[in-house]
Amino acid sequence: MAEHHHDDHTAHVTPLRTYLLAALALLVLTIITVAVAFVNLGPLNDVVAVGVATLKALIIVIIFMHGRATSGVTRLVIVAGILWLAILMVGTFDDYLTRDWLAIPGR
Amino acid sequence: MEADPHHNPALGHHFETLEQQHDTNILGMWLFLSTEIMLFGVLFTAYILFRVLYPEIFIASSHFQNATIGAINTAVLIGSSLSMALAVRSAQLANRRALLIFLAITAILGSVFLGVKGYEYYEHWHEGVVPGFQWTNTELEPRAQLFFFLYFVMTGIHAVHLIIGIGLVLSLAFRSRKGSRYLGESFLPIELMGLYWHFVDVVWVYLFPLLYLIGRH
Repeated sequence: MAEHHHDDHTAHVTPLRTYLLAALALLVLTIITVAVAFVNLGPLNDVVAVGVATLKALIIVIIFMHGRATSGVTRLVIVAGILWLAILMVGTFDDYLTRDWLAIPGR
Repeated sequence: MEADPHHNPALGHHFETLEQQHDTNILGMWLFLSTEIMLFGVLFTAYILFRVLYPEIFIASSHFQNATIGAINTAVLIGSSLSMALAVRSAQLANRRALLIFLAITAILGSVFLGVKGYEYYEHWHEGVVPGFQWTNTELEPRAQLFFFLYFVMTGIHAVHLIIGIGLVLSLAFRSRKGSRYLGESFLPIELMGLYWHFVDVVWVYLFPLLYLIGRH
């Protein structure tokens, strides 16, 4: 049993190279997001900003936080956390952002 | 309690195997982080809502943000996350010296981030853009306080998380300063620390473009 444990924990050690490349990618993406912010793309500026941020978040979660090595139930919790955030946002916006769709006085 | 010569000191008595102990702790940490997603999520929701309702306020206010300082601070936080990841790796490889060095670097970079943030707050005070305390700026309309209210609450709560993180990193470093604590199979507390630290980094990854980079072009 002891040997089995040993195999388990050594299997999860991420190579140094992977961590360094992840950090390098994060720095490059930071430079990209700053550079793009100074170019006028209209509404696309926000899409790029959030898209690059999400890419960076994925790199951090998958490589730094070992997201791929987690158990199924842990992945469920991660996805549920994001899903609940989506429910919060959709539930808020479908009220506030639709209030002037109908011309009701005193709305 | 009689000492069991076959008992693994890295394994809690209430767990069957190290793998079960590991997965259970990781699950618990992610449950906590899910509540953190909701804490910051409420603020991001408020940000999106008011930005859609009053876009001109956000564009005018963002010119009081220093994008260069924000980008440097982003790089500092990425460096601290790399250092935290390498601390976990050192713990797994049972290298106490490397673990201590990387924990120290993580705490130092976290403190540098806070120092820079403090400098930015100082600048905001002098620009008179602190709603409720120091709103003397004449270039901005009063409604722009909405942006700075969100800015101070979001970065403030993020900073509080970093202060807690630095305290935890230092206490783990102190407790692992000698012996074999947290080394090899016992690396789990360092891994959990890493999850917290990287989560705080993820929050900043979204805060930086949303608070510093809008209306630049």
